[in-house]
This record gives sequence, structure tokens and C-alpha cells, in this order.
Amino acid sequence: MNNAFAKSWMIAVYAFLYLPIITLVVYSFNASPLVTVWSHASVKWYVALMADDDLISAVKLSLEIAFLSALMSVFFGTFTAFALNRYRRFSGRTLLSSMASAPLVMPDVIVGLSLLLMLVSVQHWLGFPDRGLFTILLGHALLGAAYANVVITSRLREMDGRLDEAAMDLGCKPFQVFRLVTLPLLVPALVSAFLLTFTLSFDDVVLSSFLSGPGYSTLPMVIFSRARLGLNPSINAAATVIISVVTIGVIALSLYQARAARQRKREMALVYSESNQNT
Amino acid sequence: MSGLAQMVDEVRARLGGRRWLIGVPYLWYVLLVLIPLLIIIKISFSEMLITEVASMLTWRQGWPSLHLNFDSYVFLATDTLYFDTYLSSIKYALATTLICLLIGYPFAYFMVRSPAHVQHTLVMLVMLPFWTSFLLRIYAWKIMLADDGVINALLIHLGIIDGAIQIMNTPTSLMIGMVYSYLPFMILPLYANLSKLDMRYLEAAADLGASPWKTFWLVTVPLSKAGIIAGAMLVFIPAVGEYVIPELLGGSDTLMIGRVLWDEFFSNNDWSMASAVAVVMILLILLPMAILNKYQTEAAR
Repeated sequence: MNNAFAKSWMIAVYAFLYLPIITLVVYSFNASPLVTVWSHASVKWYVALMADDDLISAVKLSLEIAFLSALMSVFFGTFTAFALNRYRRFSGRTLLSSMASAPLVMPDVIVGLSLLLMLVSVQHWLGFPDRGLFTILLGHALLGAAYANVVITSRLREMDGRLDEAAMDLGCKPFQVFRLVTLPLLVPALVSAFLLTFTLSFDDVVLSSFLSGPGYSTLPMVIFSRARLGLNPSINAAATVIISVVTIGVIALSLYQARAARQRKREMALVYSESNQNT
Repeated sequence: MSGLAQMVDEVRARLGGRRWLIGVPYLWYVLLVLIPLLIIIKISFSEMLITEVASMLTWRQGWPSLHLNFDSYVFLATDTLYFDTYLSSIKYALATTLICLLIGYPFAYFMVRSPAHVQHTLVMLVMLPFWTSFLLRIYAWKIMLADDGVINALLIHLGIIDGAIQIMNTPTSLMIGMVYSYLPFMILPLYANLSKLDMRYLEAAADLGASPWKTFWLVTVPLSKAGIIAGAMLVFIPAVGEYVIPELLGGSDTLMIGRVLWDEFFSNNDWSMASAVAVVMILLILLPMAILNKYQTEAAR
């Protein structure tokens, strides 16, 4: 297989992945509302965004839900990752791991429908919760926890178990080991799990549609209802803003993680070389 | 003595920690995954009253009596629309999986063969669209594919076609959207798998006189079976129940079961029917899910 073929294959796939996004961004600056007519560059759709009250209140709601659900996702995802990685054998381990991966692969419509019908039954018996912010939050946290589990598990697997043992040998209690050794090493994974689950929540339309009640429209729900009707310049502008923010965020995160990984390697090398000198 | 006391303390502390560590996620997933699934099974066997589901269990002269209502399933089995829709969902999901594999496998293979210092960037570039909004990326294809969209304008400008051809709201636009959205799910597990491939096998095959092509088919592909299966399942399973892509890019005649479920619930308000549709969908994806689980546990070892 020659190099030119490999290169053109890769370029074609990247073009496939990126051309629609680039087109969307370019057309958000088109003064004409028609896609085919490029009249002149303009920021009028961005100006119109500022006055779009539906969109602005949807952004606020989505940010609120994304932040809270990401916190919940990381919390429950960490628990799941520890339970499944620390304890290799306990009754019901297979059930736990299947349940934890189910929201990842199951079609959204099934997760949404089943969660909603469960919440409706609960409301029937107990009188709460009403459909709205809390119910959307639960749905997003469930999906997010499943993703957070994957991110944190992969970090736990590559972590050096000897550090925990060393801490225990030096007299740390299990919780101290967690707080002083495991947790600091886990921080980069927790950060990326938080950001991933934040974006997942900020992006979700299916679960929100099932779980939302009157007056609670998230940003994707508003975008979706407009996109169903056809092309809409307001979406182009909103999309460009969202895509820019996410892209900058992801690049910053990957730089931060690369730096953290280098620093960790340096520190480990230092520790081992010092311990070798001492013995 | 104090040593023993300390040991007892430690064991107790560990057991306590273990109870919480396992108990908290267990409770979370039982409440939000297991019980909801049991509830949709229950509702699929219930009769739908106008605004609520009829109670299954009634008390008759002190004895409980259970009402199982098979109406929804009978309807599912007799109305050919449902059967056709399940079939066409599977067809589209299979086609998506296959095309993703055909595009993604060579791509992942070339990624692994790229110089080590650019690989991190290449992976990042695959993951970046995955982070940016899925909904907006699907919407972006509407701009590309619409009758007055970018692709038609380009083709007319180049003189390849005279008038706009319809791509939007056809099986073609649906497939483009599906492949586009699920391609990273195929590439990433394949890349993870291929990057762990022991190059010495390839060298050995070459030493023994196999051509690069033969080495690829007889050594590389069989060794990456786990990656292929994981990628295929990660694409196939969610693709079967996809709702947003057919709704935004598909036409009224591109049948997908996720859309039928949505309509049963939101338009017809028939919870029992929606649940029955979901239960049958779960049965369809149970086998692929079991295969995925098996390969993931094996990969973890």
C-alpha cells in the first residue's frame, strides 16, 4: 500500500468529517438567508441572536443542566469505576457492568421512554417529581455517568498500583490512600470526564424531549424544532458560537492533559531514581 | 494484641468502604436502568386508558388477579408497517456499519502507520467532531444536501447537472448522515486495537515470503477481530434506534423504528404501544449487546 493512497484516503475522510462544519460556519456570515446566494459578509444573524429571547433562555437552562448533570455524572461514574475495578469478584458484578454500559449503547429513545415512564410511576405514588429541570437532570446524569465510568476506568487501569501499596505500607488508611494518592493522580481523568459529560448534556435532544415538561426547553430542543422546519440562519450563527467554544475548550484540554502527563512522567522518574539511590 | 485489633479495624474499614463503593452505583443503576426497563415491559402488557395506563393487578374477593393485555403485541405482529419498519431499520443500521467499516478500517490502519509524533493530533481530529454538537453536525448536512444547498449549487456551477437533483429526504441523505455521525465510533476502537498490534507478526509474515497484501488479509485483519467487532457493535446498536438523523435528513418514506416509537408516544399518546415497540427493539439489540460485552471484558483482560 503506497503512501500517496494512504494520504489521500486520510485527507478524504477528514474532509468528510469537517466540510459540513466549515460550510455551516461560513454561511453563518452570509447576509442572505438563502444558502445558494452569497450576497456579502455580515454579522447580522449574530446581532439577531442577542434579541432571540427563546434561544437565550434555552442557553441558560442548558448551561445549568449541563453543569449540574456533569457533576452528578462524575460522582456516580467515579463510584462505578472504583467498584468495577477495585473489586474483581462480587455477586452481581456482571449485572452492574452491564447496567453501567447499557446507557452508552442503547438507543436514546429507549433510555428516554423507560426513564420517563419510571418517573411517571414514581410521581403517581409520591406526587413528585414534576417533569422539568430535575427529570432532565437525572436523564443526563445517567447517560453521563456511563461515559464518565469509561473515561475514569481507562485511567484507573493505567495507574501504577504500586503507589497505593507503598502508601498502605507507609501506614495510610484506605481513605487516606484515596485522598492523598489516588485522587490527585485521577484529577486529569475527572476533568475530562466532567467536560465530556458537560458537552453530552449540552448536546442532548432526545432524552430532554422525553423528560422535559412545559416551560423547560433546552437549547438543543429549540434548535431541533427550528431545524425540523428547514434551514434557518439563526441556527447557523448559534452553531458557530457553540462550535468555536467547544473547539477552543477541547484544544485547551488536550494541551493541559499532555502537560499533566509529561509532568507526571517526570515526577515518577524522579521518585524512582531517588529511591534507587537510597537503596 | 494491638496488632490484631488494628487488623480487625482495617478489615472493618475495608468492608465498610466496599459496601459503599458497590452499593452506591448499584442503587443508581437499579433505579435508573433496571427498574425503568421492567416498567416498560409491564406497560407494554397493559391496557392503555385515555390518559393513563390501566392497572394490571386488581383485587377480586381478596384474591389478586393479574391482567395481561397482549393488544399492543398483537397489533405489532398484524400491522405490516411495524415489521417493515423493523426490517428497514436493521437494513439501514447494517449498511451504516458496513460503510463505516469500509471507510474506517483503512483509515485506522493508516493512522497507526503514521509517524508517532502526529498520531496524537490525528486522533484528536477524529474526536473533535465527536465533542462538537451532534445535532448541529446533522443540521450542517441539511445545508450541504438541500435542493438549493451547497452540493447542488456546486454541481450546477460545474455544469455536471442542469437542474437541482433531490438528495435531501431520501435514503441517500439518511445514509450520509448516519455514516458521518457514527464513523468516529468505528475508527476509535479500531485504532486502539491496531495500535496494540505486535509488528513482529507482520515482519515474520514478510520474512516467510507473504506479500504485503497477503499479510494484511491473513495476519492484520484476523488479529484486529476484537476491534472490528467492538466498532461494528458500537455503530450498529445505536443506529437501529436512531431518531434524530432520520427525522432531520430522512424522507417520510425512510422508515426507522426510533421514529415510530417517538410518534406512538408523542403523537398518539399510546404508551403501551410505544413500550411494546421499545421491548421488541431491545430484543433485537440484545444479541449484539451481549457480543459487545463479551469482547469488552476480553479486551479488558
